Amino acid sequence: MTRVFQIAAAVGLLLLVILLALPLAGLVTRIPLATLIARLREPVVLDALRLSLLTSLASTGLVVALGLPVAHSLASRQFPGKRLIELLVDLPMVLPPTVAGVALLTAFGRAGLAGGVLHAIGVSLPFSTLGVVVAQAFVAAPFFIRATRAGLSAVDQRYLDTAATLRSPPPHTFLRVMLPLALPSLLAGAAMSWARALGEFGATITFAGNMPGVTQTMPLAVYIALQSDLDAAIALSVLLLAVSVAILLAVRLVPLGLALPVAHARRGPR
Amino acid sequence: MLVADLAERRGSFDLAVELTAPAGATTVIVGESGAGKTSILRLLAGLDHPDRGSIRLDADVYVDTSARVRVPAWHRDVGYVAQDFSLFPHLTVLENVSFGLRASGVSRGETMARVAEVLRRTGVADLSGRLPSQLSGGQQQRAAIARALVLRPRLLLLDEPLSALDVQTRRQLRGELRALLRELPCVTVYVTHSPLEALFLGDRIVVVESGRISQAGSREELLRRPRSRYVAELIGTNLFVGRWATLVSRGPEVKTPEGAVEVTGSSGEGTVFATVSPREITLYRDAPAGSAQNVFSGPVTEIAPEPPAGERVRVVLGTQPPLVSEVTEAAVASLGLTEGAVVYAAFKATGVRTYS
Repeated sequence: MTRVFQIAAAVGLLLLVILLALPLAGLVTRIPLATLIARLREPVVLDALRLSLLTSLASTGLVVALGLPVAHSLASRQFPGKRLIELLVDLPMVLPPTVAGVALLTAFGRAGLAGGVLHAIGVSLPFSTLGVVVAQAFVAAPFFIRATRAGLSAVDQRYLDTAATLRSPPPHTFLRVMLPLALPSLLAGAAMSWARALGEFGATITFAGNMPGVTQTMPLAVYIALQSDLDAAIALSVLLLAVSVAILLAVRLVPLGLALPVAHARRGPR
Repeated sequence: MLVADLAERRGSFDLAVELTAPAGATTVIVGESGAGKTSILRLLAGLDHPDRGSIRLDADVYVDTSARVRVPAWHRDVGYVAQDFSLFPHLTVLENVSFGLRASGVSRGETMARVAEVLRRTGVADLSGRLPSQLSGGQQQRAAIARALVLRPRLLLLDEPLSALDVQTRRQLRGELRALLRELPCVTVYVTHSPLEALFLGDRIVVVESGRISQAGSREELLRRPRSRYVAELIGTNLFVGRWATLVSRGPEVKTPEGAVEVTGSSGEGTVFATVSPREITLYRDAPAGSAQNVFSGPVTEIAPEPPAGERVRVVLGTQPPLVSEVTEAAVASLGLTEGAVVYAAFKATGVRTYS
């Protein structure tokens, strides 16, 4: 019996490695490095790269700014409708991105629910760079909120109590005790959220369209290039892959140093 | 001066205490775990709020449920040292100790001066750059006390500050702590489950049992006049609580629900307390014929050598009323005392002290 399980596990592992690793190997071995660098210098590629960095950083900033209070409320308070908020926050993770794009159109498009209000204050989201940011923030927010909420919840109540007895009002305690102790989770959440924003395709193309220099981010450029210039598509893909791997490694490795005092904090100082 | 009247109900636990504690003295709240000691401290600190009651510190009203006054913890002039010290793990000793002053907006210059002074006084000045994880238990305790003291609180709350330490460190720090607390002008409330600490550190001792104060008074008062069996156990004596009765054939008696104890002197009215030292109680294998008026019979339930060297042995008896006797090691051997053996315990009426 044990033997059967061992063989099944080995076969499964092998197939999984082929499924996950082979495409990556294909990507990085397809074109020589010199060609790759040359391709990345093309103006269309540089435009997409610049736009992707700009929008993904902006949307991550937006997610952090709006998500932090939400995560804090979910972590530390009980309020009516909390379950509903939780559901709402998680929804973009499972929603097909194109559906998210259509939904954003029906909300913030010219004929959408909030379209009139936005038009009145002179803001047009669809088919604009700002629209890209909104689409990315929509799909990326859950990653940040989930991680941050977990991190804030894990901060031991004892430290918050102690801070209160040290003349520290709640906002000061949040900034000086909760936030530093939850920082590794916060950073991990922000990094995952950034990675998700960087790779966003479906919601962006549906809601913001595909205009080079305005809304054509890297994933969109990969898709377009695929139809005309395979090498360019591969070059862009390799770059995106490298960024993704870098983010994953950063999430895994960087917080280790930060996590030490926090792991200690969770166990208590004995 | 702290005056508190606290009532709180949490599930099946019910707390109702009235407490006063003077400035410039240490009031020790002693009781078993679960008696409500930590609950009292949390209410005084403002980390919890009572269902009913009031807390006054000098002229300040921190809580008055009838007037809907409830001052939050961070606006109270209170210092709190938690049982596990709760030093912020991401901050150095210096940053931990400065935390309260920075939070209340004291200037950097004044903060540094006050922190340096208190670090020196508590003996952790050399450790100011270390993180809590790099400190021993005793050093953590000093840093936590420094962090509370630097705010110059008018009420200092200490929750079992010695219990997280190993035996040797505890003995050393107990002396240091007493010297430090004696210097403080503030109201100090110290919680412990250890009778030894209570008697050693407490100018006033408040005994808490199941959410109620069973006795409060000076150390001397507690030692001389225990008023509950728990207190008697704390100080290691035998206590009988009963009513006066006088028999014509014999002298005055204290009648307890579990039996009567003959005493000397004139009897009085109402409830009476009587103590007899364990050393006054002699043990016999056979019914004694001597002059002792009080003789009880029952099984030995526990035999425990007394510190430091065990030459004297405490023998706990399942008599009615229950008794504790303290005899020599030699007596235990010659009587062949073992747990379960039935013995006679005798003491003279003149060995019993009564008070109302």
